[in-house]
Amino acid sequence: MSTSAKTKIAIRNCNKIFGEGEKKVVALQDANLDIAQNEFITFVGASGCGKSTLLRMIGGLETLSSGDISIDGHAIDGPGIDRAMVFQHYSLYPWLTVRENIRFCRQLKAHTENRSSADVEAASGRADALLNLMGLTASAQAYPNQLSGGMQQRVAIARALMGRPEILLMDEPFGALDAQTREVMHDLTCAVHKIERATIVFVTHDVEEAIYLGDRVVLMAPRPGRIDTVFKVPLPEKRDKNMKHSPEFLKMKLEILDRIRETSGMKTDLEQLEKLSALANS
Amino acid sequence: MDAFVPPVTPVQARRKRSLLWSVRGPITRRQYLLLAALGLIVPLAGWWLLSEFGGVNKVFLPAPPDVLRRIATWWVDDNLASDIGISIYRVVGGWALSALVALPVGLAIGTFRPVQALLEPLTDFIRYMPAVAFIPLVMLWVGIDEGSKIAIIFIGTFFQMVLMVAEDVRRVPTAQIEAAQTMGATRMELIEKVIVPSAKPALVDTLRITMGWAWTYLVVAELVAASSGLGYAILKAQRFLQTDKIFAGILLIGAIGLCIDQMFRFLHRRAFPWLKGGK
Ligand SMILES: Nc1ncnc2c1ncn2[C@@H]1O[C@H](COP(=O)(O)OP(=O)(O)OP(=O)(O)O)[C@@H](O)[C@H]1O
Ligand SMILES: [Mg+2]
Repeated sequence: MSTSAKTKIAIRNCNKIFGEGEKKVVALQDANLDIAQNEFITFVGASGCGKSTLLRMIGGLETLSSGDISIDGHAIDGPGIDRAMVFQHYSLYPWLTVRENIRFCRQLKAHTENRSSADVEAASGRADALLNLMGLTASAQAYPNQLSGGMQQRVAIARALMGRPEILLMDEPFGALDAQTREVMHDLTCAVHKIERATIVFVTHDVEEAIYLGDRVVLMAPRPGRIDTVFKVPLPEKRDKNMKHSPEFLKMKLEILDRIRETSGMKTDLEQLEKLSALANS
Repeated sequence: MDAFVPPVTPVQARRKRSLLWSVRGPITRRQYLLLAALGLIVPLAGWWLLSEFGGVNKVFLPAPPDVLRRIATWWVDDNLASDIGISIYRVVGGWALSALVALPVGLAIGTFRPVQALLEPLTDFIRYMPAVAFIPLVMLWVGIDEGSKIAIIFIGTFFQMVLMVAEDVRRVPTAQIEAAQTMGATRMELIEKVIVPSAKPALVDTLRITMGWAWTYLVVAELVAASSGLGYAILKAQRFLQTDKIFAGILLIGAIGLCIDQMFRFLHRRAFPWLKGGK
């Protein structure tokens, strides 16, 4: 990472163990990482390597077994309004309209205590601005059930942004969307990152997505869950769809995919498959 | 010899396959009403035919007209309206009392694990005890006036209701709760602004279902020194072998239950328009 940038999130010797005795699972082992202010960092890795666990620990939704995570030098203690989270699904409030969902945080004391009336008006303007940014103006009065999956995720992102969080945590937010919608959401997320100047931590299964969005890609490995390699993405800051076909992009993609296979035991599975097909052909 | 002509099925000849019997297939409103009416009329007609031509003694199986006539005389001479009134009062009273306690207790069980550990096994244990067996105790503790009937209905519905409410609350998606937590919601705000509104449709359904159970405890409740009510009338008719009155009482309870159920469903549709579009 660039040494000039200020460290926003510092992850130090983090361990997370679920369960006890026989059923003990080491979800995360000795994770260390600095995430810079305004950085867009993505996490990839095979299923079960602890990506969600680490993200949830940053969000304060999961406790640490040992080690610590600090934001701007302050150790975190539970969730806070400086860190908003976007989930894969089922997180919208189906009884509220799109606009009410986005404005949800304004119902909470944490966001309204000691605020002036000017701030209340600004909030109303901000809701409109977010509706606009996300292309949701026409659906402002609709209920989440009436929206497509892509639209629902836009609402979830807008809702998370409403409280002006400094950090946006996203756990496979586009995992359930089709490829086209996903591409649109990628560019939208990049725009959000630029406009909102938030630090974004983004978890995904999709290596291409991770490279396309991230300034850096963190590769995690399973059993025990750990940070394996951190890749600096060799692409210009302003991303463009055509870059997905550039040699740098493809090279990095192959490299990461290879490493995922190596660390997750898929390699042996593949060798097994090759042997089998060789047998079948002979 | 003719050239071989492969047997073709002309497109028109292929009947459009009805979706009516496909799993979870669609049904038109007309088809629905037709089948619903059929489902009610066929047993009624069967009963009528059996009682008129089946050679069954009227004492054992009165015909529908007899039952209707009995309802009319009951209304005119025996003050059916007050029997219905007092029974509704008892059922709704017992049920409402049970809801009043079960909603907060169930909410606490479904929200806080220590409360669940403390109360759920106990509730599970008590709910298997037969409500009828509590009658002597209720008479001893509550007496034999209105309170005792309401108490029996309360015992019959409360413990089931608590567990159902707790389950409804537990079904609130964790992501909804966690999203609010990351927006800084306090514990009270989580309950008030996420858990309760999210569980509300399921809770209304639970109240509807338990209302049905409350009606099934009516006859049991009116075993206790009652001198009025539909359940009591059924018990008394049994003593005098007035089969038509037993039928009348049972059918009336069914009809009232159906009406209340439909009211709940109407309320549900009205109160939760956002459920439509179902995903
Ligand atoms: N609440 C929990 N209780 C017990 N074990 C858990 C819990 N949450 C996660 N784990 C375990 O911790 C490990 C890491 O899980 P995690 O959800 O972080 O993986 P992930 O990388 O996000 O996987 P995926 O890509 O499938 O979402 C897994 O082995 C999982 O079974
Ligand atoms: Mg995950």
